[in-house]
Amino acid sequence: MSIITIERKLLEKNDEVAALNRVLFKQHGLFVFNLVSSPGAGKTSLLEAILKDAKGNIAIGVIEGDVQTDLDAQRVAKFGVPAVQVVTRGGCHLEAPLVRQAVEALDLSTIKVLIIENVGNLVCPANFDLGEELKVVVLSTTEGDDKPLKYPAMFRNAAVLIINKIDLLPYVPCDLEAMKRNARQINPGLLIFETSATTGQGIGALIEWIGNRVERARA
Amino acid sequence: MHELGIATSILDIVQQYVPAERAGLVRLVHVRVGEMAGVVPETLAFCFSVATEGTPYRSAVLAIEQVPMMGRCKDCGATLTMSTPTFWCPECNSPRVQLTSGRELDVLDVELDDAAP
Repeated sequence: MSIITIERKLLEKNDEVAALNRVLFKQHGLFVFNLVSSPGAGKTSLLEAILKDAKGNIAIGVIEGDVQTDLDAQRVAKFGVPAVQVVTRGGCHLEAPLVRQAVEALDLSTIKVLIIENVGNLVCPANFDLGEELKVVVLSTTEGDDKPLKYPAMFRNAAVLIINKIDLLPYVPCDLEAMKRNARQINPGLLIFETSATTGQGIGALIEWIGNRVERARA
Repeated sequence: MHELGIATSILDIVQQYVPAERAGLVRLVHVRVGEMAGVVPETLAFCFSVATEGTPYRSAVLAIEQVPMMGRCKDCGATLTMSTPTFWCPECNSPRVQLTSGRELDVLDVELDDAAP
């Protein structure tokens, strides 16, 4: 019996490309965030709400990740922003090389913010760095207030939590304070926004935050 | 959910270290998987058997060392065994708890069934 020592990180290939992406984003002074959630929490609807109000003030580019179809890129492109669709064909998350390819189709000198909408999934995207500055996780009031405890890695690795579908609170058994408490139990430093992509509630605050991060990224 | 991709990456890495003529001798592949790495060990072991099917590595078995979530309080220095993912220090109630283990996803080594000379 003999042993060959290996000692290698499995995700090192992804992490290497993510580091290259990060350098590229920094060279262009971009603020880049990775938008994650379970399917149906409202990532694309939030993007639409943001683009509707921010267009003209903040130059935003979008990378859309989905298992199939370019429906989301079509939705976003209607707002006149550069949008690239990445189809993972079954893959449950985006990986750094896929983002690298997608970025090549964008003219980074024309944008200040790059939003990467990940595949709807609260598990795998938590562990794949794409080169973003931070992860923004969306949780909707229809999903239940215990989600942060069930999917701790995602809530731990995110810097921002957006609680969406806030307009549905009167109709669903969601305890907003418990949801925030659970999220902060996993990640005490989380910045939390409450929004409704449908009514527009809280979208202004979100855009203001994006604007501040853009200033910081250019400094 | 992405265990097959991870299993394929394990095989890719192993192939870089094992000379092709000795591939059929590999019996065990040791990997380390953190509790918070987003990987289900049983599924990974199954996916590894799928990934190696029809290759010289078909008789290799994945040996998974699971790493529990551990933390350290940046304020009082307490070492925390995190049986539940609570990032508040139970000793001093500080929110400044750092994860010290639980995110590992590493290939450690392989064992070959070759008679010692």
